[in-house]
Amino acid sequence: MSEYIIKNGHVFDPVQGIKGDKKDIAIKDGKIVDKVGSGAKVIDASGKTVMAGAVEIHAHIAGPKVNLGRIYRPEDKLFTCTPTKGMERMGGGASIPTTFKTGYEYAKMGYTTAMEAAMPPLFSRHTHEEIRDTPIIDEGAFPVFGNNWFVLEYLKNHEIENAAAYIAWLLRVTKGYAVKVVNPGGTEAWAWGLNCLSVNDPVPYFDITPAEIVRGLIEANEYLGLPHSMHIHPNNLGNPGCYETTLDTMRLAEGFKAKNKFGREQVLHLTHTQFHSYKGTNWGDFESGAKEVTDYVNKNKNITIDTGNVTLDETTTMTADGPFEHHLTGLNHLKWANVDVELETAAGVVPYIYSPNISVCAIQWAIGLEIPLMMKDPMRCFITTDHPNAGPFTRYPRVFKWLMSAKARNTLIDSFKHKDKVLSQTSLGSLDREISLYELAQMTRAGPAKSLGLSAVCGGLKPGMDADVAVYNFNPDKPVANPDDIETAFSRCAAVFKSGVQVVSNGDIVSNGNKRTLWVDVKVNENAQVARDISEKFVKYYSMTQNNYEALGHHFVPNPFALEVDATQV
Amino acid sequence: METVTITMKNLPTLYLEADTISPDAFAGKTAAQIAELPAFEGNVPTTLGAYFTVSGSAGATAADTKIVVKGDVKKVKYLGFKMSAGELVIEGSTDLYVGAWMTGGKILAKGDVAAFAALAMKGGELTVEGNAGNYLGAAYRGDWRGMSGGKIFVKGNAGSDIGMYMTGGEITVGGDVDVHALTHAEGGKLIVKGNAKSKLGGQMVEGTIIVFGSIEVMMPGFKPNGEVELEVEGTKAKFAHFIGDTGERHKKKKGVMQYGNLYKKI
Amino acid sequence: MTKTITDVICPFCGTLCDDLEVVVSDDGKQLLEVYNSCVIGTEKFLHSQAKDRVTRPRMHQEDGSWKEVSYDEAVEYTAQMLAKAKKPLMFGWSSTNCEAQSVGNEIAEISKACCDNTAATCHGTTLIAVQDIGLPSCTLGEIKNRADRVVFWGCNPAHAHPRHMSRYSIFPRGFFTGKGQMSRKLIVVDPRCTDTAKMADMHLQVEQGRDYELLDALRVALKGEWLPDVVAGIPAEKIREAADTLKSGRFGIIFFGMGVTQSLSKNHNIDGAIALTKDLNEHTKFSIMPMRGHYNVTGSGEVFAWQFGFPFSVDLTRGFPRYNPGDTSTIDLLTRGELDAMFTIGSDPGAHFPISAVKPIANMPSVCVDPHLTPTSGVSKLHVPVAFNGVECGGNCYRMDNVPIDCRKVVEPPEGMLTDEQFLIKVRDRLKQLKGVA
Repeated sequence: MSEYIIKNGHVFDPVQGIKGDKKDIAIKDGKIVDKVGSGAKVIDASGKTVMAGAVEIHAHIAGPKVNLGRIYRPEDKLFTCTPTKGMERMGGGASIPTTFKTGYEYAKMGYTTAMEAAMPPLFSRHTHEEIRDTPIIDEGAFPVFGNNWFVLEYLKNHEIENAAAYIAWLLRVTKGYAVKVVNPGGTEAWAWGLNCLSVNDPVPYFDITPAEIVRGLIEANEYLGLPHSMHIHPNNLGNPGCYETTLDTMRLAEGFKAKNKFGREQVLHLTHTQFHSYKGTNWGDFESGAKEVTDYVNKNKNITIDTGNVTLDETTTMTADGPFEHHLTGLNHLKWANVDVELETAAGVVPYIYSPNISVCAIQWAIGLEIPLMMKDPMRCFITTDHPNAGPFTRYPRVFKWLMSAKARNTLIDSFKHKDKVLSQTSLGSLDREISLYELAQMTRAGPAKSLGLSAVCGGLKPGMDADVAVYNFNPDKPVANPDDIETAFSRCAAVFKSGVQVVSNGDIVSNGNKRTLWVDVKVNENAQVARDISEKFVKYYSMTQNNYEALGHHFVPNPFALEVDATQV
Repeated sequence: METVTITMKNLPTLYLEADTISPDAFAGKTAAQIAELPAFEGNVPTTLGAYFTVSGSAGATAADTKIVVKGDVKKVKYLGFKMSAGELVIEGSTDLYVGAWMTGGKILAKGDVAAFAALAMKGGELTVEGNAGNYLGAAYRGDWRGMSGGKIFVKGNAGSDIGMYMTGGEITVGGDVDVHALTHAEGGKLIVKGNAKSKLGGQMVEGTIIVFGSIEVMMPGFKPNGEVELEVEGTKAKFAHFIGDTGERHKKKKGVMQYGNLYKKI
Repeated sequence: MTKTITDVICPFCGTLCDDLEVVVSDDGKQLLEVYNSCVIGTEKFLHSQAKDRVTRPRMHQEDGSWKEVSYDEAVEYTAQMLAKAKKPLMFGWSSTNCEAQSVGNEIAEISKACCDNTAATCHGTTLIAVQDIGLPSCTLGEIKNRADRVVFWGCNPAHAHPRHMSRYSIFPRGFFTGKGQMSRKLIVVDPRCTDTAKMADMHLQVEQGRDYELLDALRVALKGEWLPDVVAGIPAEKIREAADTLKSGRFGIIFFGMGVTQSLSKNHNIDGAIALTKDLNEHTKFSIMPMRGHYNVTGSGEVFAWQFGFPFSVDLTRGFPRYNPGDTSTIDLLTRGELDAMFTIGSDPGAHFPISAVKPIANMPSVCVDPHLTPTSGVSKLHVPVAFNGVECGGNCYRMDNVPIDCRKVVEPPEGMLTDEQFLIKVRDRLKQLKGVA
């Protein structure tokens, strides 16, 4: 395998505490090493910024609802498709890119690992086919558990060991990565057209509350010692006043300590926090609850969050929060797709236009920026757009610009039709903090990798880690003349390495690399009860046989990378 | 106004995609430069000059440019694609996408136009002296934002699915229309001097349809609402008034429920 | 001695039953018996054992006779045809697996072709409606466990999806539907008195071509508005009674088929049905689902969509994907004389297309990849028989509710036969050489 030396760049690596020093990064046989021989290929990074490859902790990029979005939005691709070019396959999709394009766009921005945020287990073969067809980036997928009949039944009686055994089985048969929870209990209620809007609303028929589901899954997750924590999209997303539900949800983590061998320190990851930080009682008095939410997270160190930044684009919302999507189509009357999945979950899709001249959208945008600016620990706050819900992931460089330049933020606020509302309903106007490059590296590399339990693998440039490296045409020594230069620099890397293979050169794809599918292989003791429950439900209630559900052959996951967990000695 | 005349000299074996035949693409160019503009026959990149003789020269801007298209263009698609100003005269019948996505300017089609003419039109004028095909002034697939402005006048008949998801602008058809005119319309106006088939105004939220001739089968969602006298393009007459589609969602403006309005001459 | 293979997936229709058992000879070369399948599925498996199967490619001669050629010669003809064509169409894909569909996409991209699947004459109109108005739907297990109102509109599952009602929609006793068919009310909308209609609690014999009006009337009835006395041949009181029946349930489903997708109004019928479903969600829980025909047309749509962005009628001739049925769709391309080469796989357009669309195939370079002798192979220049997917090779397929199930190989194909995927890989590699692509 090749040897490379990335010379003379300004390195930002929170794993080693390097804050912009000029350092050489050596790559050999897919790993970062201390040094390489004189025959190594030289990448000149003088005047450039060097970081580890970025880690996307939450995006909807592979699977049935993503593809439903593609199928039902031909207009998302009108006049914007990209042609076959060199080794790049053709593609398209402004808010929901096709799989080839997804891989290329992430790689060109220096992202080398991405997590598909919600995989319905019955459809895991579909998710894996799309992951396989997404070039370059390593990917994992989070199966959803918060509305799963097995989980509801076990946790009602606090059967943690059984719940844990089921989780281990499901992660294996779906090659899943983590315990994802979306609108706990509410999405099962949605199968009857109902919902759970608070953590205490009981789920119809199953008679368990979201609070019990969440606490039980945190407990099961720590019982097993999984690499990532329970990852939650709380109840009541998107409604004015929902910040209370968010606080109630986070309080469920109190008293729990992370237990794992992967360096993870949180027990709860709160996702797309922007959508869960709304105060007010209706869209008229709608205001930001970012302070209340970030105050809580700042004090409670066993929680990590990601932002869910609104980018002010026409985009497509898609989530396993089925009832929310039905509510949204009632508001904007745009085409609504919905899929309820037997025994497991649901999904909804609705297009949405975040117009800068609608005050609600402008306030949402502001809340998305308040959150990271108010978070004290960048290692616990990660940047996302909940792609494509709050905006396409291709807008990350724009979000970085807003975070790194108060001038960029204020110029945009000045241009809003309802500027006064943004200033009165949020505190963004008074926040002059500017995120540094080091903090950016924490929020987009080291932080998410650690939260995912991947701190030994990626997110940093320490020798021994995977050689995932991004080089940006951004000189930290030069003052920024125009904030747009930040966006330009972070949109197209000078060079990107994935597992030691150069995949991007001067903004172009030069290799597809050898992407891996990350999943978690948990060994648990035999559990006859759970085995019997599983086979019974397949015979009686599923529409597919157990053997066919469990079939996930090599052609779906051609290059697996399993994180091994031994939970037999618990 | 400067005029460029292009004359078909070399018929394509398959079909020619000539989306560069518009005042916007021709503006500021000489005949020789215009002949070099790209076109496609299937997957083969080619030029306009391989199929047309080009004479005259364009104006400095689209607004100053007139194009006359002569010869057999029945297998040429996209004439007037995305034009924003200027004039286009098509002397014979032509194929798909005439004036598709146009935002301004004037097109005169002396023959027939095929499907997808004036797709998602935003402004300007399209006059068809022959017949128009299906999807005249309709939205692109999946888009809830259809024709929003401009005027279409068809002397002959029009096909099916015209004005789908229309939000503004006007379509006048001198002859008959086929099924599914103004489906899902949220605004805009359709005048049919001849007869309409069925499914007229299905799922309409708002907008206006005026029919002088017969309507084969009325949509059940159109409720009789008395009679009115209207003056339509210089003609005064009595019309039966229907409001609908009552199966669809509607909103109130100043306390008054807004419906689609369908008028059928008595 | 024999062995029994369980959990076998039936590769015929969109019901994609996965509980079949197939008995094969110990050496895996002979397929002997099929259990649990309907007659159609059973025949799908058993007919693969026909003694007179065509096992090698054949080229159509000038005098109308056929001459056997090797797979290599077939690869060469196909690759040359696609390399030279200005606007080739690669059509079908519905009776093969996703792995083969994916290789087909590579070929279409390299040769700058159009590609389309059988939705073009089937549920393509459903996809157009979904693009215009969305799709509230669910998986088939939800019907089994929850549904107490079932509508079959313009479809006849008793004949076309024989085990659908017993596996999912009418008879099963699910978690919340312990009384089986007694828990459910069935409404059938069909101009004909079919075997399915005979089972209905209510049969609305809609006037042909007036489904769109009836759907509108149901929406009007839900809103309590004025209705004319009769709509589509159905009296207004009956329409109101149907609307009440639908909204009084706690979980409803509308299944629909060719009766509405390919009759007058086409996509508008489906659009109206989806609009009705949306309206019903204001009263109770309701979903809608197309009865997909071929067992993997859904898969073809999924693979086209995640790779090119559109589910059918995809035009790659300009080097990037474009889509607009009416322009990029197969029947229009053929009848308007837009194509100069035709590649068909996993479908039989010769049997299903209007004759005006079949004739052009006979007059251009054409390849038909199919284990059978069909009307399509009959008009093509080259016929390439392949192994039966889902019988003689495995591969992923998508059910009518988009659920993916990995089909199994149960028996060996005849000696020396290639699978779709194997043939396509050879074509792709040869095409790359011809085009000078890495």
